[in-house]
Amino acid sequence: MNTMALTPAQLLGCYYLEAKYEFLRLWRTPSFVLPSLLFPSMFYILFGVLLGGGRAGNDEAARYLLASYGVFGIMGAALFGFGVNVAIERERGFLTLKRALPMPPGAYLVAKLIMAMIFALIISLMLGVIASTMAGVSLSASQWLLLLMINVIGTLPFSAMGLLIGTTFSGQASPAIVNLIYLPMAFLSGLWLPLSMLPKFIGTLAPVWPSHHLVQIALKVVGRDTGGSLGMHVLVLIVITIAFFVLARRRLVEQG
Amino acid sequence: MSANESNREILAELRNVRKCYGKVPALDGVDLALRAGQLTAVLGPNGAGKTTAIGLLLGLNRADSGEVTLFGQAPHSLMARRQVGVMLQSAGIPDAFKVGELIELTRSYYAEPRTIADCVALAGLDGLLDRRYGKLSGGQQRRVQFALALCGRPRLLFLDEPTTGLDIEARQGLWKAIRELIADGCSVLLTTHYLEEAEALADRVVVLNGGRIIAEGSVDEVRSRVSQRRIRCISSLTEGDVANWPGVLSAKRAAGRFEIIADRAEPVVRRLLDEDTDLEELEVERAGLAEAFVELTREVA
Repeated sequence: MNTMALTPAQLLGCYYLEAKYEFLRLWRTPSFVLPSLLFPSMFYILFGVLLGGGRAGNDEAARYLLASYGVFGIMGAALFGFGVNVAIERERGFLTLKRALPMPPGAYLVAKLIMAMIFALIISLMLGVIASTMAGVSLSASQWLLLLMINVIGTLPFSAMGLLIGTTFSGQASPAIVNLIYLPMAFLSGLWLPLSMLPKFIGTLAPVWPSHHLVQIALKVVGRDTGGSLGMHVLVLIVITIAFFVLARRRLVEQG
Repeated sequence: MSANESNREILAELRNVRKCYGKVPALDGVDLALRAGQLTAVLGPNGAGKTTAIGLLLGLNRADSGEVTLFGQAPHSLMARRQVGVMLQSAGIPDAFKVGELIELTRSYYAEPRTIADCVALAGLDGLLDRRYGKLSGGQQRRVQFALALCGRPRLLFLDEPTTGLDIEARQGLWKAIRELIADGCSVLLTTHYLEEAEALADRVVVLNGGRIIAEGSVDEVRSRVSQRRIRCISSLTEGDVANWPGVLSAKRAAGRFEIIADRAEPVVRRLLDEDTDLEELEVERAGLAEAFVELTREVA
């Protein structure tokens, strides 16, 4: 029956509301907002400003850590936003209700992705303010913009990873699983400290971690990368995104 | 099924449907047709297959064999589900949502939804729109879930145990709202384990047990499947005496009255009047759906 179809405007409204309330709802959840927004800034102030000696003239460490804590921050928002929330919503039956309701397919995931991207934007802006004021980092407008774009688009592979975690583990287990993947991966791909300061084998092993490829792209913008090919890093991230998404998608279908 | 009934349009249908979880059959060859303008109540003990039947009709799971249609289409089709409203047993709605936001979002899934004001009036949500879902009482949360079910102006409403956990007043408020929706042309599939709920609302009753339909028809038809009569009176006789009489299934005292369930009323009434000449306020009625239901499920077990 044609009267049942939504007009394109209605469909767009649907996606808009889904995304709006996904964001608002998490914005009201301190256990998500506080760590997501504060940890990257806190670490950056600690290591990039207070311990990094990034003042007056020598801003190399502060520039490196601006890129790396940006990636660290957006990884957290995407991994927790998808991994933990999908697991909880699946377990508590909210996902089942959404599937029974005529929600347009895709609205659920698109809303979560937009939520993660908005958080990525906020994290990047916070780090940018700290970097340019307290850490004395000076970049060109196009460098700032590129970093911002890398951080926002960079949520994609980690959203896909989070989705797979959320569709695999229970609501109770998922925060631990996310931390178990997130924190070691961040450390081992040089997000906390540059790889050059870590034992050599960690640097050799780094290309295994998805976060290594994203942070190398971000470090290229501030001239602090280890010299790998941009195309290669992008390709790896695209493959990771598709692979995790396909696996997660299959799990979602199997469950219902 | 009366001729009148079979003329009604079929909105949703299970045809010879089987669904197993592992090796346990949840539905074992079930035929069920939901017709326009009716409230169909599906009764059955826990594990009878009620929720599985709803899940299949909503496209949440797929049948192992048999045919499932919703408005003539596959139940997972979006077009079919846009004509349907849903209240599941557990909604799992995140606490941080505000009530008004939930309604606004759910309305957006439908082409011609009810206004928010209509939803508030029908579900009794006055003054709750700005409250967080997590701060509401259990009864208020159920009413919000009911509002989400009706907000899309559905032609068919699935209510899976909608009044579980509600107090009597809230339950009757929900019954009133359901009747208003039916008067408005909405059809309803209701599962419940409150038998008085089916008696109060249902045009048709389907009794499920162990994944099979063991009885269906109007409330009266299902009740008449059971020959039992309930006899009530005020009498000085003791339960112990009467319980042993031939034809008496049970005898107990409730609220000062003597209540006897018997296969046939007449011989028991004759003996009651003989043995207690002071007997007062004698009433005989057909046993309710509760007794019918207990007996029907016992036959199978």
